[in-house]
Amino acid sequence: MTKRTISIALACVAAFGASALAAAPKTAPPHGKATIALPGDAGMAFKPGPGVAAVQANCLTCHSSAYVSTQPVLSKAQWTAEVTKMKNVYGAPIADDAVPAIVDYLTAAYGKP
Amino acid sequence: MELGRRRFLAGTGAAFAAGALPARALADAVQLPFANGERPLMAFPQKRPLIVLTPRPPQLETPFALFDQGVYTPNDAFFVRWHLPGIPQEVDATAHRIAVTGEVNQSLSLSLDDLAKLPQVEVTAVNQCSGNSRALQAPRVPGGQWDNGAMGNARWTGVRLRDVLDRAGLKPTAKQVQFRGLDHGVFPATPDFRKSLDVDVARGDDVIVAYAMNGAPLPVLNGYPVRLVVPGWYSTYWVKMLSAITVLDHADDNFWMKTAYRIPDTPDNSVVPGSTGFATIPINRMRVRSFVTSLADGAKLGAGPVELRGIAFDGGSGIKRVEISTDNGTTWRDAALEQDYGKYSFRRWHASFNAARGTAYTLAVRATANDGATQQAAPGWNPSGYLRNAIETYKATVA
Repeated sequence: MTKRTISIALACVAAFGASALAAAPKTAPPHGKATIALPGDAGMAFKPGPGVAAVQANCLTCHSSAYVSTQPVLSKAQWTAEVTKMKNVYGAPIADDAVPAIVDYLTAAYGKP
Repeated sequence: MELGRRRFLAGTGAAFAAGALPARALADAVQLPFANGERPLMAFPQKRPLIVLTPRPPQLETPFALFDQGVYTPNDAFFVRWHLPGIPQEVDATAHRIAVTGEVNQSLSLSLDDLAKLPQVEVTAVNQCSGNSRALQAPRVPGGQWDNGAMGNARWTGVRLRDVLDRAGLKPTAKQVQFRGLDHGVFPATPDFRKSLDVDVARGDDVIVAYAMNGAPLPVLNGYPVRLVVPGWYSTYWVKMLSAITVLDHADDNFWMKTAYRIPDTPDNSVVPGSTGFATIPINRMRVRSFVTSLADGAKLGAGPVELRGIAFDGGSGIKRVEISTDNGTTWRDAALEQDYGKYSFRRWHASFNAARGTAYTLAVRATANDGATQQAAPGWNPSGYLRNAIETYKATVA
């Protein structure tokens, strides 16, 4: 859009006052493909530690390690709630017998006892 | 003026003058003002370097100094937040269709060219994440640990949702309108991201299906080729890559409405930390907020006149008044409001004060909306860390 049409659009917004919507010069909708390449985990990874393999196998399918590493310090009860939510609410196929190792890892590596 | 500790760009030692903010990121990391607040800066596709909360799915925060540059947030600086891992990386606008189904007289499959036959409208509106500033709530809660940059203001172009709904024709049984986009989970059991609005909200004058943002196509990460724009409401409802509009004969009970994005149904939507058993409602309109953009917390000022600039916005009544304080809220005086871009837009303001040599100031800013709502020094708490609108303060010292 040119500077001229932008200024016309802004004038319309100002003129309308009570209504937040403004009639505007026609802007054509987009056509064609837009393609991007996302950077994946951008080099981020879980800290090493006991249980990290279970965490890598179960958590990284849906999200990067930063979902964990940027959290405030969470208790074991809070990490348990998070893992349970991933399993029961978001449908992550985490085996029941993998849950304790995951929770213990998260608490040791990113939480508090 | 040196950049204060609060917004220190790690590894640069950079200084910038008020208003002379970096056009490009100066460093590859930032330290946000809370524990565990180290974040990388990275340029994602169609984006300048932004603060990376999580790279996958992408959650990107706008460096706050950017908000000093103008009333509109540039598309390449606009924050990004996705929920599910399946984000299309190739989207064909020409082939894209929006299915309109459910409690309608005639189901539709609309191309963007079909949409463009409806009257075109524009609205300038703030898009703010429900959890913006979550990391600043105390005690802290799990969730996306945003500072204040999960928001932006843009001029959105498209057509009224009401006109789309009227083309299909709502049946008398219509109760809510549900929206979904092209993103998806990787497991069948993962709930699709779907959000719903009551019919009267969906049919509001200003709710639009937008195919342009600041006069350009939407960046893919902001929802190319088309997204819902619900001015005044938190951005959870602004469904990206909009592909389906389903008119429901009941209140939506899908996970993203019934369980997620809920706030306490209490006075001020607040509860005592640790509370349980209270009723909840879906999050809705935004709270009034205001910020200083011309300096950061921890700023070092020269003695003499200091110009303060900033922004304010609310959930759609518009900004009536902005006040500043140089004594941590003990006394207040009016700031000057700048051009009005509409009741859903950032409203820029400015004020000045005389900085006395050898003085430590705690600056504060407070907005009042046309509906009378204002900001408190210590607003309430909620378990999801939504709705933050505390009075923001900024320490500044004068050498």
